[in-house]
Amino acid sequence: MILTNIPMVPGMKIVEHYGLVTGSTVRAKHIGKDIMASLKNIIGGELKGYTELLNEARKEALERMIKQAEKLGANAVINVRFSTSSIAQGAAELYVYGTAVKVE
Amino acid sequence: MNRDNLAFLQIILNNLDVIFFIFLVFLGFTSGTIAEKSHYRSIKKREENLMHIPVVNSGDFIDNSKEIENVYFISGSCVVALDYFKMVFAAIKQIFGGRIQSYETLIDRGRREAILRLKEKAASKNVDVIINLRIETSSIGQNAGQKGGIGSVEVFAYATAITYKK
Repeated sequence: MILTNIPMVPGMKIVEHYGLVTGSTVRAKHIGKDIMASLKNIIGGELKGYTELLNEARKEALERMIKQAEKLGANAVINVRFSTSSIAQGAAELYVYGTAVKVE
Repeated sequence: MNRDNLAFLQIILNNLDVIFFIFLVFLGFTSGTIAEKSHYRSIKKREENLMHIPVVNSGDFIDNSKEIENVYFISGSCVVALDYFKMVFAAIKQIFGGRIQSYETLIDRGRREAILRLKEKAASKNVDVIINLRIETSSIGQNAGQKGGIGSVEVFAYATAITYKK
């Protein structure tokens, strides 16, 4: 599966469009990580636990989108966009969307 | 123990919360400043090392005279948080308004770190050019969405990387 965030795949020709594919995941923080993060908040700097958590969640959202694209018979997703929203205290939604296409 | 010492102890015990607050501010200030300085040093060094990979945020920066070998989707992210001193300082600053430098440096560090991580991933794949870089910033953490609260900030950078046929 080729992913790009531009409206084409460089070096290849789009032969078929399959429309929008999306993937999302809602993740809550794990309490242990939350306590560690609030301790880290005193010192400041990077919160590695959160970076990891969000990376994992984003990967999952991407995988869901890719699965959907594969089901449609696509071999690439173009114009991939991400969006993050905090929906409740301690939970975030990660949403990814793109256009599924077939390229040659 | 004489009476003076006892009275002193009494004052400390009565103002334990204030002492704890001062301790946190002090801890935040010292460790936060040290961490920030060393982070900036490492950012500058890594940025210099990765200067050879061009990054553009336009989507059509492709050399058409060369044949394209591979297209990758790459990303990098970083979550940064304020330290206690900066939080208190910013809260005071918000009364008067104006520039809050402590927030500026924090978000700057986060952005540069996220882009560096993206570039490090790109470097491991030997890419020639990174196009259409997009950066997204979102506020997460307990006080996200509350008035005046930036608990922590997540910066996420993503782009398309291209390798040309040699």
